[in-house]
Amino acid sequence: MAREGGKMQFINHMKLEFLSIPANVAFARVTVAAFASQLDFTLADLEEIKVAVSEAVGNSIIHGYESIPDRFVRIYANLTTDALEIRIEDDGKGIEDINKALQPAFSTDAERLGLGFVFMQSFMENFRVESSPGQGTKVIMSKSIGTRIARASSDQ
Amino acid sequence: MLLDVEIKKDTLVVRPSGELDLGVADRFRRTLDETLDRGQARNLVFNMARVSFVDSSGLGVLLGRYKRISKNGGKVFIVSLQPQVRKVLDLSGLLRIMCEFHSENEALEKIG
Repeated sequence: MAREGGKMQFINHMKLEFLSIPANVAFARVTVAAFASQLDFTLADLEEIKVAVSEAVGNSIIHGYESIPDRFVRIYANLTTDALEIRIEDDGKGIEDINKALQPAFSTDAERLGLGFVFMQSFMENFRVESSPGQGTKVIMSKSIGTRIARASSDQ
Repeated sequence: MLLDVEIKKDTLVVRPSGELDLGVADRFRRTLDETLDRGQARNLVFNMARVSFVDSSGLGVLLGRYKRISKNGGKVFIVSLQPQVRKVLDLSGLLRIMCEFHSENEALEKIG
């Protein structure tokens, strides 16, 4: 997950592996947010990270593993001096057409909104998905501290 | 998640507290549907004052109940959103279809 240019310095790293059960969605987001809070993220940033982690882990459980509860979801997270980088992986059924899955309101379930990827893309940076049928899914995303300020000044 | 439900005239007032995510979505959905199945409520007010987190699984439950109520000609109001929850609802488009009010009383007055 090193950035292009290779100048990023990792100051912390963690791996987390847990069963594919719905109760672990909260465990995962709270753990990642606690890890991320070693950097100076705002509370609003941490809330956005929590939503993004919830969506990715929820997708792994519901879609990747089709709610089978005895599989594992893995999270790898790095802290650099100014960013959190996360990779969330499952060994589930994978995604046939990633571009289609990334469309808003695409969902294979009537009561789910199909917004999981929209939230991940809106709240995080450098978002990408690696997947193919039968090969599991990896969601990779990052968030830098102080992006809100950077975004506000680039708008002017 | 704790869930407090109350019928006021023909309106179901729902006051969840805690985090609305995949871990609680089924129980949240089931409780609401069982209450609505009794047929006393025509309208619905979600009081979100004590909800600290929502993701798309939680939103799905809200949206599903919205569809059910509005199909029967009822109104769905949502009140007292915390900022981080409001952001998620706003981005999802749910705030464009549900009426938002500051307080439960304001929503109940509006329903009449």
